[in-house]
Amino acid sequence: MVTHTQSARTGQRERAGEASGIAERSRPGLGQRLGGFLERSWRPFALLAALFVAWWGVTAAELVEPYLVPSPGNTFDAIAARPEYFWEHTWTTTYETVLGFVIAIAVGVVAAVAMVQSSTLEKTLYPLLLFAQVIPKIAIAPLFVVWLGFGLGPKILVAVLMAFFPVVISMVTGLKSVDPEMLQLSSTMGAKSGQTFWKIRFPASLPHLFSGLKVAATMAVTGAVVGEFVGADAGLGFVILQANGNLDTPVLFAGLLIMSLLGVLLFVLVEWLEQLLLPWHASRRDEGASTTL
Amino acid sequence: MAGYAVEIDDVTVRFRSKKRDVTALADVTMHVEPGEFVSIVGPSGCGKSTLLKLSSGLLPASKGDVRLFGEPVNGPRKDIGYVFQKAALLEWRSARKNILLQAEMRKMPAKEAAARADELIEMTGLSGFEDALPHELSGGMQQRVALCRALLHRPPVLLMDEPFGALDALTREQMNVELRRIWQETGTTVLLVTHSIAEAVYLSDQVVMISARPGTVAGVVDVNLPVERDYGPTMAEPEFAKATRHIRDHLGAAAAAE
Ligand SMILES: Nc1ncnc2c1ncn2[C@@H]1O[C@H](COP(=O)(O)OP(=O)(O)OP(=O)(O)O)[C@@H](O)[C@H]1O
Ligand SMILES: [Mg+2]
Repeated sequence: MVTHTQSARTGQRERAGEASGIAERSRPGLGQRLGGFLERSWRPFALLAALFVAWWGVTAAELVEPYLVPSPGNTFDAIAARPEYFWEHTWTTTYETVLGFVIAIAVGVVAAVAMVQSSTLEKTLYPLLLFAQVIPKIAIAPLFVVWLGFGLGPKILVAVLMAFFPVVISMVTGLKSVDPEMLQLSSTMGAKSGQTFWKIRFPASLPHLFSGLKVAATMAVTGAVVGEFVGADAGLGFVILQANGNLDTPVLFAGLLIMSLLGVLLFVLVEWLEQLLLPWHASRRDEGASTTL
Repeated sequence: MAGYAVEIDDVTVRFRSKKRDVTALADVTMHVEPGEFVSIVGPSGCGKSTLLKLSSGLLPASKGDVRLFGEPVNGPRKDIGYVFQKAALLEWRSARKNILLQAEMRKMPAKEAAARADELIEMTGLSGFEDALPHELSGGMQQRVALCRALLHRPPVLLMDEPFGALDALTREQMNVELRRIWQETGTTVLLVTHSIAEAVYLSDQVVMISARPGTVAGVVDVNLPVERDYGPTMAEPEFAKATRHIRDHLGAAAAAE
C-alpha cells in the first residue's frame, strides 16, 4: 500500500510541467538505433552461429567423408585461395539479380496499376501471367539462350520472370484493398482520379507490395542462377557447375554460401527500405509505442 | 426555387445483387432548410446511411429526385462535408495531415487551410496530437479528426453518419455540446444519423423518423427547444422529455407493428 502511494506520487512529480500527460520525445540517435537493431536481430545471428558450429562439429568429428562435406575451414580456404575469381563471379550474379529485380518491380507495378484500372485488361493479362508463372523456368531458360545468346540477357530475363509474379499479385491485392469509404470520401472532396491514386490508393498498397518484394528478392537470385546453369561462362551458377564437374566440394560449398548470403542481403535490404519508407506500417505491426513504466 | 438546402422528392433506392433485391428506401420525401440541423433516427438497416449517400450523390436514386440547393444531384457532390460511420483516416498521415487532405484535394490555398486546421484542432481539443498517427489515437479522437476534416472547407452541408457511435457516454455528451456550438458558429446545414434519441433531440431542430425496411418517413418531430441549449438543463426540460417520448413511442410502435 505504502509503496503504491509513493510511486504514484513520484509519478506525479515527474509529470509536473508536462501539459496534460504528453511528453515530447527526441528522436533516437544513431547509437541508440544501432543498439535497438542489435537487440532485435541477435537471435538469427545466434542461430546462424549455431548452425556454423554444427557444420564445423560434423566435419571435425569426421562423421562424413571430407569430399562430400568440406569443413568450414576448407571452404573459406577455397575462397581465400582465389579471391578475385569469387569476387568477379559474385559480382556478375549480383548484377543480374539486382537488374532483374528492379526490372521486375518496374514492370510488375505498372502492370498491376493497369490491371486495376481496367478489368478487361485484367481478365486478359491474368491467364498470361499465370501461364508465365507456372511454366518451369529451368525448362524455358535454354530457349532464352537460343534467342539471346550467352550474355547477361537470358539470366536477367529468367530473374525478371521469377520475381515478376509476386510483385504483380501483391500490388494488385494492395491496390484493391483500399477501404471503399476512403474512395467515396475522396470523391466528396472533388478529387481527380490521379489525386486519389497518388494520395490514397498507391500509399495504401505499399505494405502489400513490400511483402511481395520480399518474396521477389529471393526469387530473383534463384532466377539469375537458373539462367547461369543453362549456359554461362560467369556467375555463381557457373562456379557451382564447374566445381561440381571437378568434384571440388569446397568451391561448390563456397559458391552456395555466397549465393545464400546474396539472397539474404537483398531480403534485408528490402526490409530496411520498408522500415524507412513505411514507418507508420512498421510501428503499427510491432506496436511501436510501447508503454513505459 | 433554391429554397431548400437538401431536397429529397419521392425517392426510392433499390439494391440489386445476385441473390436478392433490397428496397432500402421507398417513396421518401424530405426537405431541409438552409442552416437547419436535422437528425435521422430509425432501426438498424432501415436505410439511414443510404439516405446520406443519396444526398451527397455517392449513390444514385432508383426513382425520384435529389437536389442540393436547387441543383439536381447526379454524381458525387463536393460542396458537402462527410463524416462516415467509421473514421476512415489514412494510416500513414498524422492527424493534422489527415485533416489537410481535404485542402490538398480541393487545392485550397495552403496558408488559409493551415490556419483553419489549427483552429479546428484547437476547437475539438486535439492540440498536442497533431502529429500523432491514427493508430496512436483513441477511437473518439479519430472521430474528431474525421470531423475536423469534414469541416475544413466550411461546407454548406455537413452529412454525419453515426459519428459518435464509438464513443463513451461522457465523451459523446461533450462532442454533442461541441457539435452544437460548431453548428451555431458556422451556420451549416447538418444531416445527422444517430441511434441515440437523446442526442437527436438535444442537437436538432427537427428529427426525421424512418421506419424499418423498406425505409419510409414514419414521422417528423419538431424540437421546440431554445437555440441556446446547456446540456444538463436541456435534458431536464419538459419539451425534451416530450420529444424523446414521442420518438420512442413512434419507433416502438413501428417495431411492434412488424
Ligand atoms: N451496397 C449495398 N448493396 C446491397 N444492399 C445494400 C447496400 N448498402 C445497403 N444495402 C441494404 O440497404 C439497407 C439499408 O442499409 P443502410 O446501410 O442504409 O442501413 P442503416 O439504416 O444505415 O443501418 P445501420 O443503422 O445499421 O447503419 C440494408 O438492408 C442493406 O442490406
Ligand atoms: Mg448506417
